Amino acid sequence: MKVSVLNILIMAKIQLNGSKLELKDKCSMFKLLQKYKMDSKKIAVELNGKIVNRSKYKSTHVKDKDKIEIVHFIGGG
Amino acid sequence: MKKDIFKIGNKILQSRLIVGTGKYKNFTETAQAIKASGADMVTVAVRRVNILDKKKPILTDFLDPKKIKYLPNTAGCFNTEEALRTLRLAREMGGWKMVKLEVLGDKKTLYPDMVETLKATKILVKEGFKVLVYCSDDPLLAKELEYLGASAIMPLASPIGSGLGIQNKMNLSFIIKNSKVPIIVDAGIGTASDATIAMEMGCDGVLVNSAIAKSKNPVLMATSFKNAVISGRQSFTAGRMQKLFYADASSPSKGLI
Repeated sequence: MKVSVLNILIMAKIQLNGSKLELKDKCSMFKLLQKYKMDSKKIAVELNGKIVNRSKYKSTHVKDKDKIEIVHFIGGG
Repeated sequence: MKKDIFKIGNKILQSRLIVGTGKYKNFTETAQAIKASGADMVTVAVRRVNILDKKKPILTDFLDPKKIKYLPNTAGCFNTEEALRTLRLAREMGGWKMVKLEVLGDKKTLYPDMVETLKATKILVKEGFKVLVYCSDDPLLAKELEYLGASAIMPLASPIGSGLGIQNKMNLSFIIKNSKVPIIVDAGIGTASDATIAMEMGCDGVLVNSAIAKSKNPVLMATSFKNAVISGRQSFTAGRMQKLFYADASSPSKGLI
């Protein structure tokens, strides 16, 4: 099996709001939200179909193949 | 006179007009129209955050959820699972327990899927949600929603966004007469007089979005709806005169020269 150097460097391939994303460092949910400058008070997070409680962002780790959804409120009727 | 209080669940609202926040040109217009409407509760939708464009303005920057009550909806959900997922996320966002359930059954008419709506209502009530339910104008199904514990029943006047006004006054009046929980006409209101008619019929409130947002002057139209709802409610509370089949002169005939 051929393993490229790049693949070793990439720790996790995840899906964030439908977009494919590669994370190079070990990452907690808290770090990921920070990276995208998310205000945790204005969002809700779902990890592989389950809601992540706000108090668990720091202790939740993002792993390979995780599917993450970050939602917020928008205008609607 | 007894004070006229509008209460949904335990929440007392100052305005009987609830407005949507969709379809506006921009957030400034949204905020101005909502202010003009006098509404203290607004519907909002739950959607993915745009992770690529972090600088894009967001609704909460223009409408402070601490100052105006957000009513999260399930717009775009076509089954129970999607609706539950959406509202559980909404609750996680800020403890929202009062929610608007709408489970759609058909893309063209956006008519509610009442089988799924009843199913979802039952589960949400069990989970402690205060559920305001968008529904068809079927009197029996409306009653069933009440039995299941809905906090308010929200029958459509006509299809969402159509602006066709109240299409079935008879059904709506049956629903109003039979209900012990607030009835809020949701969807299809086209202009201020539609809202007045609903209120005069005895509805407890009206939910409006497109009629304000898609008018030529949304801020002015929002003011118009504010007045229309107050006017309709006052008219209902005052009790209209009896209809007569013949004329009855307003000036006395005594002393006629």
